[in-house]
Amino acid sequence: MATADIHITEETHHDDHEHHDDHGNFWTTYVFSTDHKMIAKQFLITGIFWALLGGILSVIFRLQLGFPEMQLEWLRPILGEWITPEGKIDAEFYLALVTMHGTIMVFFVLTAGLSGTFSNFLIPLQIGARDMASGFMNMLSYWFFFASSVVMFISLFIETGPASGGWVIYPPLSALPQAVNGSGLGMTLWLSSMALFIISTLLGGINYITTVINMRTKGMSFSKLPLTIWAFFLTAIIGLLSFPVLFAAALLLIFDRSFGTSFYLSDIYINGEALPNQGGSPILFQHLFWFLGHPEVYIVLLPALGITSEVIATNARKPIFGYKAMVGSMLFIAILSFIVWAHHMFVTGMNPFLGSIFMLLTLIIAVPSAVKVFNYLTTLWRGNIRFTPGMLFSIGLVSFFISGGLTGIFLGNSAIDIQLHDTYFVVAHFHLVMGSASFFGLMAGVYHWFPKMFGRMMDAKLGYIHFWFTFVGVYMVFFPMHYIGIAGYPRRYYSFTNFDTFNTFSDLNMFVSIAAIITLAAQFIFLFNFFYSIYRGRKASANPWRSTTLEWTTPVNPGHGNWPGEIPTVYRWPYDYSKPGADEDFIPQTVPFSETPGSNLPHENELIKLETDNDEQVIVVDEK
Amino acid sequence: MNMKGEDMTGDLKLIEEPKRPMAMNPRKFALWLFMITVVMIFAALTSAYIVRQGEGNWMLFKLPLELWVTSGIILLSSATMHWGYLSAKKDELEKVKIAISLTTLLGVAFLVGQVYVWNALVEQSVFFVGNPSGSFLYVLSGLHGLHLVSGVIFLIIVLISTLKYKVHSKNLNQLQMCATYWHFLDALWIYLFVFLLVNH
Repeated sequence: MATADIHITEETHHDDHEHHDDHGNFWTTYVFSTDHKMIAKQFLITGIFWALLGGILSVIFRLQLGFPEMQLEWLRPILGEWITPEGKIDAEFYLALVTMHGTIMVFFVLTAGLSGTFSNFLIPLQIGARDMASGFMNMLSYWFFFASSVVMFISLFIETGPASGGWVIYPPLSALPQAVNGSGLGMTLWLSSMALFIISTLLGGINYITTVINMRTKGMSFSKLPLTIWAFFLTAIIGLLSFPVLFAAALLLIFDRSFGTSFYLSDIYINGEALPNQGGSPILFQHLFWFLGHPEVYIVLLPALGITSEVIATNARKPIFGYKAMVGSMLFIAILSFIVWAHHMFVTGMNPFLGSIFMLLTLIIAVPSAVKVFNYLTTLWRGNIRFTPGMLFSIGLVSFFISGGLTGIFLGNSAIDIQLHDTYFVVAHFHLVMGSASFFGLMAGVYHWFPKMFGRMMDAKLGYIHFWFTFVGVYMVFFPMHYIGIAGYPRRYYSFTNFDTFNTFSDLNMFVSIAAIITLAAQFIFLFNFFYSIYRGRKASANPWRSTTLEWTTPVNPGHGNWPGEIPTVYRWPYDYSKPGADEDFIPQTVPFSETPGSNLPHENELIKLETDNDEQVIVVDEK
Repeated sequence: MNMKGEDMTGDLKLIEEPKRPMAMNPRKFALWLFMITVVMIFAALTSAYIVRQGEGNWMLFKLPLELWVTSGIILLSSATMHWGYLSAKKDELEKVKIAISLTTLLGVAFLVGQVYVWNALVEQSVFFVGNPSGSFLYVLSGLHGLHLVSGVIFLIIVLISTLKYKVHSKNLNQLQMCATYWHFLDALWIYLFVFLLVNH
């Protein structure tokens, strides 16, 4: 049954002429591309590189923690002088490893790798746009990220070592080169790299917001946006408001380090000699840093939650439970994320009354988070679940979000935090709820949208192996850390064995380290699957997951401009799965209600009007 | 097939026509978002200023009188900018040229004036390196100055278009964006100036 659209009123698709087949050369197609899909792939590949590096760094310091007596002479060819003559990891290098692992994972993998990949890839495809609002700015965003990556990468190889004051770079430690080697050139490079990174994030964020607000296709109202887009949109807004604050904090730190000002420094004596800096306040830095730092947690997590909503609804073959509640809770989380930053600072000598206010606000976040978890579970409830690798990773995310979120209720308490602050309990908490959950969201996204990215399918069996090793591995790594943390063991310490109290944890630490090595090794299954499938994977169909959203209405390998003809029009929300009375168990967003009389609800029938107010109408002629 | 449905037979059906979403010029929208990021930077710095001031050990000094002059200059430049915009709307292109040139000159004059402010601070022995109360003044005015340089560059680009008669009532986007940005920088400085008057 073919249908023809007749538009009686003036054709207003002004952007149709923008589509053209792109036959650029290698440089314009793969390197300096302005196509959002290519930029997304660039972000993804760079992110994978950083994820691998960040993972390897963590395994190196896990070796020290799990096997303190181990001879690491065999690492000398890679680490050189960072292996002490006794065959151990240099203690200062240990700090650098921890710092770089955090920086890389939080910013380069889970911010740029996650938002950069999926916001870029999915926003134009799912809202029905030819490309981002500004392809050039988008390209700049990637290349600023690339420059920032290069600077950060170089800092790993300098003689004094990379930054080593922790990823939070608290002054005075990070401000004084006399304090630790890494606060010399390494810290300067860290700050330069982050300045470039902030520019990249802002360029990207401005583009995402502009595109979502101004470039949606006909009919794509905000209430018809897929939850992925809602998540990316709110993430971009959070980034736009919080990264400039990090920039301000970093700027003052740069002045303190390189120009001798005293914003964060006061009354410091080194080897009995007083520094000239007077009148600064290190706590000020923490306030500025965490004003970014806490929203950053949601910058990392929200895109993963959005991806999960989409993957779970598609593969449970059910509408997402509580669409409006999902949007509302993300909005609420986004607002709350700006007014809870001081819960990272309960033990800085903060006024206890102020502490209890921040505690209250922090605990309120449990409400929208619980709403989201409830909605994920009710979406899964009695669905016709297809356990694709993407679906498994999404369910894994929900699991981590619950188990990691529960410990957040402990840590948000200003009184309990006195015991737990800066212990392995914190490490376990945020690695589950933010690190692993977001990483699983990223993986779910890669498995789910791989067919759209590369026109081929990833191997599902390898995906299952990857999932189970990673899922079990993550719990084996982070669950024991709760016990170590409750016992009071501080994070970032080089050696457990220096304190008798913690000797009992030697075997537990060994267990964690072995689990970490296995988990990292499992990622190579993914790497193989990913790169092999790009070239040799089974060819994908146009809509392999039988999904409703717009990206699956494009050709298998969409060109620059995404749709060869007119941009499709949207008539319904994105979650019409298993609608009673429908011919199939999914109805794409592009199908008008008038074509599905069997499955329409009463209010949907009312939407089919003979004439709209603005006299703009369409007649469909059935040519039998 | 190209007619309204009534006279055709039952093979016809009407489908609902969805609305095109509201949209504005993406460039203008992006400019507004950029201005939000600038607001956030200065919001961070000025709140840092207040927090730091609240902790004591805060050097007191008199704000240089030159600040009144530079604030006057930048207010005047906003007025000439608006004059230019109104003239462009009325297609009085000669006036546009004069107005944009004047605005550019006033922008440069403001920057020069800020350097005099810094000199006056140095004469009072308020240095960049020293008590944060002085350092903050340098950072706030310096960072604002840096943004103003970008504004002046934007003005020069618009000025070149004006000289080529590319700015007129049918082609206002560039001028509108420039005017928005310039008024924003003006308002930002007035905010900083009032902030310093109240809190120094």
